[in-house]
Amino acid sequence: MAGFSQAEMADRPGKTGRRIFSVLVLILLGVLPPFFMWIDEPFYMDLATRLVCLAIAAVSLNLILGYGGMVSFGHAVYIGIGAYCVGIPSYHATYGEWDLVATYNGFIHLGLAVFFSAFFAFIVGAICLRTRGVYFIMITMAFSQMMFFFLVSLEAYGGDDGLTIDVRSEFPLISLDDPIQLYLVCYISLILTVLLVRTIIHSRFGMVLRGGMDNEERMRMIGYNVYLFRLTAFVIAGAICGYAGALLGNFTTFISPEMIDWTRSGEMMFMVILGGAGSTIGPVMGAVIFIVMEIVIEEVLAIFSHDWGKFWHLPFGMLLILSVLFLPGGLVSLFNRKGREK
Amino acid sequence: MTPLLEIKDLNKSFGGVQATKNITLEVLEGEVHAIIGPNGAGKTTLIAQLSGGTQPDGGAILFKGQPITKLAAHQRARLGMARSFQITSLLMNMTVADNVALAAQAHEGHSFRFFRPARKFPHLRNAAQEALERVGLALRGDDVASALSHGERRQLEIAVALATKAEFLLLDEPMAGMGIEETGQMIELLRSLKGQKTMLLVEHDMDAVFALADRISVLVYGSIIATGTPEEIRSNDAVRAAYLGED
Repeated sequence: MAGFSQAEMADRPGKTGRRIFSVLVLILLGVLPPFFMWIDEPFYMDLATRLVCLAIAAVSLNLILGYGGMVSFGHAVYIGIGAYCVGIPSYHATYGEWDLVATYNGFIHLGLAVFFSAFFAFIVGAICLRTRGVYFIMITMAFSQMMFFFLVSLEAYGGDDGLTIDVRSEFPLISLDDPIQLYLVCYISLILTVLLVRTIIHSRFGMVLRGGMDNEERMRMIGYNVYLFRLTAFVIAGAICGYAGALLGNFTTFISPEMIDWTRSGEMMFMVILGGAGSTIGPVMGAVIFIVMEIVIEEVLAIFSHDWGKFWHLPFGMLLILSVLFLPGGLVSLFNRKGREK
Repeated sequence: MTPLLEIKDLNKSFGGVQATKNITLEVLEGEVHAIIGPNGAGKTTLIAQLSGGTQPDGGAILFKGQPITKLAAHQRARLGMARSFQITSLLMNMTVADNVALAAQAHEGHSFRFFRPARKFPHLRNAAQEALERVGLALRGDDVASALSHGERRQLEIAVALATKAEFLLLDEPMAGMGIEETGQMIELLRSLKGQKTMLLVEHDMDAVFALADRISVLVYGSIIATGTPEEIRSNDAVRAAYLGED
């Protein structure tokens, strides 16, 4: 992380500047989308909802990537699990069969999403965390691809083509069919997630997790079973991401295996690294920049020529490379520099 | 005095090289026991087997009368064994105080707590501060560990070991790479711990060894060729031939 140690990033000067900025980003996310709705630009509202769901996922990935040193290349799998936990019960509630899970109840949807994501994360983590480095990256990716092909084979739920969710999760008092209410649910979830991850990383558990990333052998020699702490964090991150998936499913009202394609996991990793791993607000910024850039580049290219829009990947990829080369601490490191000079 | 650590007939080979050959050794409670030997004598391998990094091929290690040969490193640590490393091994990106507080937390347990900030546990901070005062780093608590000088890092290693409340310290060349003045400070520090902690000291610096050790074992080609008080070792002909003669 290019000279910015974790302790410095978390606890040194520059902290106030960054805290103000974090709050600013979160406030903007809170007021802008309803504003778009007000000026009758629902497209941007949709964009913001997707962005916030992905930001929750990125924040959860950052718990294990930025604070546990676990480069999981299969984190999108929990998005899929979460979304299918909305789609499948809702499908059966509409078309019958499988009475046991058939329901529109949102609490059950979210509960299933969190439970199955945590369970899958436990199995994957228990095996993958025995490996290190590149092997860990590859094996987490392999597990997510396994799930991908499993979902493809689920003919009953559309297989490859996916499945439309006819009825969204139902909650008392609020309706997710209303875009503003849906957005606010996602937005509040994001804030709670950021606060939760922030609390965890400063807790006794979090200190051990961060210590294990810093120097695993040292932690073992003072008596910590580093593996257990990593596995716990892995499960927590999976559960949070599954929750994000359930929200995303409610937003898109469509589930398909494509949601957990390995490129999705890659995008999530980029959001974390772009924004700044090892900072709780970094991944949120990463998600914002990622989604906004996608749109902006596509629009700008389309100005030059009608067909160019679809080539947005190329300049986007180059921008990502540049950001990693010149801002290895992520975008948040921009806010550290000034404060660091005592 | 009863032995705190017993090594019985320990053997370890790497391919054709036998790095540990039938080592039998007792470290008595409260003593400073030094292990010396020329390069390649198998000191590092022995330490690795004691701390749990390497499994021996045969033999047994008993700590407080309990066999620990099959235990993982973190389980041995919890029984009251702490080690310092030949090449400093610290949490370089964390503060000095956090390094020590994490050791105190390891001793206390209860690390699966997710909500209250770790720095808001006064007794952990106090334990850390106490250990830092002991080694002379009281004013460096808020600095990042990587900002410490080499000598200070070695002192911090000792503070970490102290904070685990281990009664047995496995010190792997604590003076390695230190200047004369720093070595002197480290000798003073370890001397101040004598009687309170049992120490197994692996060290190249002969002045330090003879200044600190109650007993010395000499390791040559994987075997212990002599064990005795510093005087006995100094006058032992086999030792002179194998080792001290070189100096």
